[in-house]
Amino acid sequence: MRFLTALLLSAVLLASGDARAAGPQRIVSAGGDITEIIYQLGAGDRVIGLDSTSNFPADASEKAQIGYIRNLAAEGILSLQPDLLIAAHDAGPPPAVEQLRAAGLRVEIAPKGDSVAGVQEKIRFVGTVLELPEQAEALALKLEEDMKASLEIAEANTERPRVIFVLNTADGAPLVGGTETSADAIIALAGGVNAAAGFEGYKPMSQEAIITAAPDVLLMMSQTVDRLGSIDVMLSRPEFQLTPAGRNRRHVAMEGILLFSFGPRLPQAVRELATALQQKDG
Amino acid sequence: MAVTTTLQGRAAGILGRRPLFGALVALLVLMAFAEVALGPVRLGPSDLLKVLIGEGERGPTAILLQIRLPRMVLGLAVGIGLALSGCALQGVLRNPLADPGLIGVTAGAAVGAVGVIVLGNFFVGDLPAVVRPYALPLGAFIGSTLVTGFVFSFSSRGGGTNIAMLILAGVAVNAIAGALIGAMVFISNDQQLRDLTFWSMGSIASGNWMTVTVTSVVAVASGLFLARMGRILDLFQLGERAAFHAGVDIEREKRRIALLTALSVGAVTAAAGPIGFIGLVAPHMARLIVGPAHRHVLPAAALIGGALILGADLMVRLAIPPTEPPIGLATSMIGGPFFLWLLMRRMRKAGGNA
Repeated sequence: MRFLTALLLSAVLLASGDARAAGPQRIVSAGGDITEIIYQLGAGDRVIGLDSTSNFPADASEKAQIGYIRNLAAEGILSLQPDLLIAAHDAGPPPAVEQLRAAGLRVEIAPKGDSVAGVQEKIRFVGTVLELPEQAEALALKLEEDMKASLEIAEANTERPRVIFVLNTADGAPLVGGTETSADAIIALAGGVNAAAGFEGYKPMSQEAIITAAPDVLLMMSQTVDRLGSIDVMLSRPEFQLTPAGRNRRHVAMEGILLFSFGPRLPQAVRELATALQQKDG
Repeated sequence: MAVTTTLQGRAAGILGRRPLFGALVALLVLMAFAEVALGPVRLGPSDLLKVLIGEGERGPTAILLQIRLPRMVLGLAVGIGLALSGCALQGVLRNPLADPGLIGVTAGAAVGAVGVIVLGNFFVGDLPAVVRPYALPLGAFIGSTLVTGFVFSFSSRGGGTNIAMLILAGVAVNAIAGALIGAMVFISNDQQLRDLTFWSMGSIASGNWMTVTVTSVVAVASGLFLARMGRILDLFQLGERAAFHAGVDIEREKRRIALLTALSVGAVTAAAGPIGFIGLVAPHMARLIVGPAHRHVLPAAALIGGALILGADLMVRLAIPPTEPPIGLATSMIGGPFFLWLLMRRMRKAGGNA
């Protein structure tokens, strides 16, 4: 009898152990936003491999590196013996994804999303795949709440400053974010107007076009500013000197992975950018 | 007299070179075996055997049959195709720097491929569904054949094909192709830009048996024709006039080499991207190992080309798993120093004789 109790007890314990460890246990994640969501859902310890766009949180750097999200190597990923590859919408190349599926690996590709609703959809998707639906729902709701607060800050800014995002300056013309870019989306959310309208994607913008666009604020990634040495290198260029941004020395430098992650930290990114855009002097 | 030397040379050549060829074949077989047996996923001999007799588990079976075996076959085709094309071009142009890139074959393929990557959304949707996955290799192939056709027909106005004109036309076509690619880079979006960057670094991880089979058949078949042209290429070394007097239909042979090179390089570049260096260096290595006669250089270059590509692919797959650097890095990293070493050895020998 005692033996039977012990057996039952251990069976219950085993079952509860299983319940706690439900869902995929050896996860390879590709895409910075997806990785952030996994960590926010508290499943970071189940991640064994990450792509090179996943560099937040800091703990992520200790995982195995599977390379760039568009250039995945099928056998390399299989060598980690994962039970799930969860990836952002642009994971590739397609043959590698096919090979992984052929080898019996579960591959889940998340939907694309550059809006609050889109990020929520990504969170719920990851929650379903990881079998953490309640946590995902909570995170999605929190995102909405936080976003409301951030958007209030953004809307309080009635100036609607014209913002120009400069990705970098290889040599010659600065590479500027036009429409249909993440830069365009985040500027709009933070209460600004993208000064570089009229072209899609990141394109070198001519000096005179920059002067005509008359941006009020220069937005750059902090790592680009570090590489240049100082924001003055950019502000003192003739085309920027002749714009309101250059005259008033209004500029914002933000961490690139925060600015463009479009993951759970979107409200934080919007809040920081919106707050920075309200400061009239750089 | 020339005939007797050739005959003696041939007899001595074949007898003397048999061990060298044996070693090269052994090297290639070893590389091919290693390409299938080694990889970031450790598979033991028993796994290999089980898959071979059709009783393997799903994972190992897919890794061997869908990942490693197609890479090995494509690698062989790429190496053999590029080496033989480079060898034939160097021979017929009597220019040791000639490689398929020089006369614009690779650039033509690149324009075709980049065109499909960037402009694809405008027309790929209209293609029949069966063809869509092959739009990129098809584009690359059409690009390379068009360019080679143009370069050769441009330089053969007025009867004979003018070799200097051919090389100059190749230079011009390369420049035009560069501009076209630049234009498409300019209008491309983020994702297309990243795709074409990776395409331009080459990879034999295509993994699609259909692509691998078509590429291999085209590259190896045209390669085999090229490999049989040793005597003609040797006669070309004496100058076109001498070759003509020795009974070679030089115009026909030139056209034939152009066509075979375009087919083989076009197919290879379509499937694996532009992989540099092999077409230039494999023939030189072959010459340093087996001497200058093309009937030896051609097969030796093919063996070396295949071994180089497979060696390079092994290196990129095993270097820093689970990531995989592009194969173009490794072909130059293995081939470059080895080539320098061969050159140095030859210089030292020449110095000793002097």
